[in-house]
Amino acid sequence: MNWMPLSIKGTPQGLLLQPKSQSWTEFLEALKQSLYDAPAFFKGGRVILDLGKRELKEDELLALRKLLNEHDIELFAVLGEDAQTQRTTRSYGIRTRLPGERHSQQRTNEPQVQGNALFLQKTLRSGQSIDFAGTIIILGDVNPGAEVKAGGNIMVWGKARGLLHAGAMGDENAVICALDMQPAQLRIAGYINRAPEGKNYQSQPEMAMVDGTMIVVQPWIARG
Amino acid sequence: MAGKIITITSGKGGVGKTTTTANLSMGLAILGARVICIDADIGLRNLDMMLGLENRIVYDLVNLIEGRCRFRQALIRDKRFPELHLMPAAQTRDKKDIREEDMERIARQAAEMADYVLIDSPAGIEHGFRYSTVAADQVLIVTNPEVTAVRDADRVIGLLEAEGHKNSKLIINRVKPELVRRNEMMDTSAIVDILAIDLIGIIPEDSDILFASNRGSPVVLDKNSAAGQAFREVTYRLQGQDVPFTPLKEPSLLKKLFGLR
Repeated sequence: MNWMPLSIKGTPQGLLLQPKSQSWTEFLEALKQSLYDAPAFFKGGRVILDLGKRELKEDELLALRKLLNEHDIELFAVLGEDAQTQRTTRSYGIRTRLPGERHSQQRTNEPQVQGNALFLQKTLRSGQSIDFAGTIIILGDVNPGAEVKAGGNIMVWGKARGLLHAGAMGDENAVICALDMQPAQLRIAGYINRAPEGKNYQSQPEMAMVDGTMIVVQPWIARG
Repeated sequence: MAGKIITITSGKGGVGKTTTTANLSMGLAILGARVICIDADIGLRNLDMMLGLENRIVYDLVNLIEGRCRFRQALIRDKRFPELHLMPAAQTRDKKDIREEDMERIARQAAEMADYVLIDSPAGIEHGFRYSTVAADQVLIVTNPEVTAVRDADRVIGLLEAEGHKNSKLIINRVKPELVRRNEMMDTSAIVDILAIDLIGIIPEDSDILFASNRGSPVVLDKNSAAGQAFREVTYRLQGQDVPFTPLKEPSLLKKLFGLR
């Protein structure tokens, strides 16, 4: 669970795919699995492929586009630094830059437009679950036995006691905030953290994020 | 005017649904209300025993649904209160013999003849729970001060909310004040904090309940019993009175040692 051959995250322009594996076949297989696991997540959407420094061959590009088309998904853009890949991409009428916006890799203090968020004004009770590709905001409690799974961040304006999974498609920059953080389990991307045993716990707003190779939970202090 | 249909349910088994149904039915009858209680736990018939009416059963709920008897024939009149009637469950049948629409029709028909119709739901969240709550005007959720029972109650409340039941009320049963004081048992405010619905009763653990159930004489009839007093308070609240919660007293040493009072 800790390592996935790809990361998927929701952006205002579409779903951003980042291959994490050197093998293109492995990446495509993982993508196929994701399409199979969560069809609603992708349906009718568009995808932005972020290659970073890697090259993409023509047949690799075509294989990806074919797979996406089969699922009714548009390959909207292919971002990357390699000049040959950019030329190949453009020759198929696929853009190599996003209109207007620069993609940010790091957590940033700059304002970000983050696409759709789900705003839920109720308490999630045991056995209830919510699943959404973007950020989830809950005005209420998440009771023990309830599950929240977000492609983006999770904010709970209440008590978080159930299972919370942010960055569920692999976004390690996702965070989880709650006014009162007592979850059974926290997950961010592929990382899992349990609540510490014992009763030394203080009711205060806290934020969970991935730091290095683990999820850390810290008291919430507004930073400039 | 049709009477009020109240379903008693819990999710988890063994928390005291049937005890609560028996006591509230009888408690409302003591106050002079016309009450019909329906045992919806087909195949695990218990309510008749707690009311001491087991040996009077001729017809049951499934017989009525199948048209083998008339409505009145399936009702057993209580031996103490003529305005209290029990509709027993079938012991040799199965929950799948009841459809939601059958149960709804019978509950509404009962409500035409009574001020209160109390339905004792089976444990669980499956078919038996669904047909028991389909006609309810109000649902009472019974839980114990245990994390498992509270978790299941939360699940049930979520399911009820999804079905549009808005005014469910909570009864916390088997509270032991001495354990709460020693921090060894969830206190009632922690339970209400999680479940976030109105509390209508806190019933102390009371060995009288066991004796009373075995005798077929609900504890609500016992003027000296703390649990009986707590159930009586619930009946007042069901009738719309604003009754303060009696602080729970720890049982005396004598009672703890010898079961005396």
